[in-house]
Amino acid sequence: MNFDRIREKLNILADAAKYDVSCASSGSTRTNQNKGLGNASKMGICHTYTADGRCVSLLKILLTNHCIFDCAYCVTRKSNDVPRAAFKVQEVVDLTINFYRRNYIEGLFLSSGIFKSPDHTMERLVSVAKKLREEENFNGYIHLKSIPGASDELMYEAGLYADRLSVNIEVPTISGLKLLAPDKKHEDFTKPMEKVKNEIVRYQSEHKVIKNIPKYAPAGQSTQMIVGASGESDKDIMYSATYYYKTYNMKRVYYSGYVPVTHDARLPAIGSQVPMLRENRLYQTDWLLRFYGFSVGEILNNQHPNLDMDVDPKLSWALRNLHHFPVNVNTADKRLLARIPGVGMQSVDKIVKARKFRKLNWDHLKKIGVALNRAQYFMVCESRLWERRDLDADKIKGMILQNSTGKFRNQYSTQLSLFN
Amino acid sequence: MNATTTLVYDGSFNGFLTSVFVAFDEKINVADIQKNNQSQNGLFSETETVFTHVEKAKRVWNGIRNKSHNAISNVYFAFLSETEGVEMMLYTYIQKLMRTQNGKYLDYSDSTVLHIAQLAKKVGREKHRMEAFVRFQLTKDEIYFANIEPDFDVLPLISKHFRDRYADQKWLIYDVKRKYGIYYDLDHVEMVSLNLKDIHHNKTVKSDAFAPEEYEYQTLWNDYFKSTNIASRINPKLHTQHVPKRYWKYLSEKKEAV
Repeated sequence: MNFDRIREKLNILADAAKYDVSCASSGSTRTNQNKGLGNASKMGICHTYTADGRCVSLLKILLTNHCIFDCAYCVTRKSNDVPRAAFKVQEVVDLTINFYRRNYIEGLFLSSGIFKSPDHTMERLVSVAKKLREEENFNGYIHLKSIPGASDELMYEAGLYADRLSVNIEVPTISGLKLLAPDKKHEDFTKPMEKVKNEIVRYQSEHKVIKNIPKYAPAGQSTQMIVGASGESDKDIMYSATYYYKTYNMKRVYYSGYVPVTHDARLPAIGSQVPMLRENRLYQTDWLLRFYGFSVGEILNNQHPNLDMDVDPKLSWALRNLHHFPVNVNTADKRLLARIPGVGMQSVDKIVKARKFRKLNWDHLKKIGVALNRAQYFMVCESRLWERRDLDADKIKGMILQNSTGKFRNQYSTQLSLFN
Repeated sequence: MNATTTLVYDGSFNGFLTSVFVAFDEKINVADIQKNNQSQNGLFSETETVFTHVEKAKRVWNGIRNKSHNAISNVYFAFLSETEGVEMMLYTYIQKLMRTQNGKYLDYSDSTVLHIAQLAKKVGREKHRMEAFVRFQLTKDEIYFANIEPDFDVLPLISKHFRDRYADQKWLIYDVKRKYGIYYDLDHVEMVSLNLKDIHHNKTVKSDAFAPEEYEYQTLWNDYFKSTNIASRINPKLHTQHVPKRYWKYLSEKKEAV
């Protein structure tokens, strides 16, 4: 192996792949077979974290950053003047195996610029996965990026070797897509998704009859969209996400705050701030929809098309819906407990277990881990100290903000700093 | 006042379980349970040495497990935390557990129960971190070798994880702090004690012990780690929160930082 050349390629092709947010290695059930290498961990493992604090769980690279398309938001776009490189299939296989053996990674995330044609590219990606599984007896995690426009046959084959497949819709609205990626059509993204979804459903139903059929994309599909590049509202984004969750059984939708990488009049200028807080709020909303029983219309609607930046979406919803509160923690059912700001799902479970023994008071709740600074205004418990009955939403919000030190607080502080 | 007794055991988990058995069996009024190398005589208590007895330990283990699977893992994990005084707390916990009808419904508003659960959780977190942060280095005799230095004694907990994952390579994970390791010889995992004169951090200086390509792969990994960072999103606080500094000296991607 020519390490110097590999090093050069790795630097170029890892750098170009880093804007893909997904790094999950969870949800697969693949186990080590015949004393081979690797065993997918159900919960996934982050092996390290980048300096910007994101999880590194997979070797995330592009097969090549040569691309025939010219999408405005992409570093790899045809018209961008950057160094180009391409891995050989065997080089990716060797890198993956050697990194895995040293316990650096959980597996491979392979994406690619599109050279020649979508099918030509997809075929290469599939052959990397196939080699890993069949020649190296590798049972670690493989995430393949579906190339928009790839044929059904290749998508089918990809699912046989990969744990997860994803295709990034990139721009949440169809009009935005026309503007920023004129070469791509909406159907190019949704057609491979549809194919994979149908195959997963088919394999699952066959699995009920025949237990030992091969796995097909056991960790499902995911997608990602860019936030803050085409002027969409949070409502547009979350409705679009909900659509993909429902229509294509997505395991995850990722939100990626747009990092300006090219000079283009259609996009935020280079150097503009990455909307990280907005991204954070979108993930919180996503969580509320998937695990807390909220529907998207409750959180975002025409009266309230954008998420609040100064408070989290659950608190924001609660302040707009004070008539649901206070909730009595000693009697309310799980669904209502989960709606109290400052009470997470883990606390809900603990509350339900603990209240079998005694009625809970503020002390118990604090020990359990409830964030009382927020929760106290929305609940009653075994204590007469509940003095917030007559407060309105603005007052409650004010008191919470005054007594909290959120990580983004300084961005909203009106306090001038002395030496800046 | 009833006479109280301090039980002294050999420091092993089986030894501890045997002590619990003896205490229950002989209806001893337990003042404390201590490891033999750090026992102190209480002013008003007798001392009794307990000899580890696997059958007795097993009976306690099964007794707890039959009450609740969650409880048995809590007991084992919390024990491995090596926290001072954890034995007595576990003894109280087991007493409480045995008194309940159904171990599933343990009272989390009870401070012992909560504390044991929290200790177990801490140990669980470190177990998970060790599964992530072990960095193997390939030696010249083709063994993948790693040093670790965890706060808690997690080697017994991670053995299965690595056995399942690296079934086709020989590996050795060595706990620098506790001076023992686990070694997999392609057949099974055994405990080994070694006398290492070199600790083999991920040094920038090369050691003869390792295969030449080892350092090439470390460089590639180090490069990869750097190129995945997005400069405009840099967040050192979040980074160290996820990768605490005490682990850095064994991480190849942090080589230069050592």
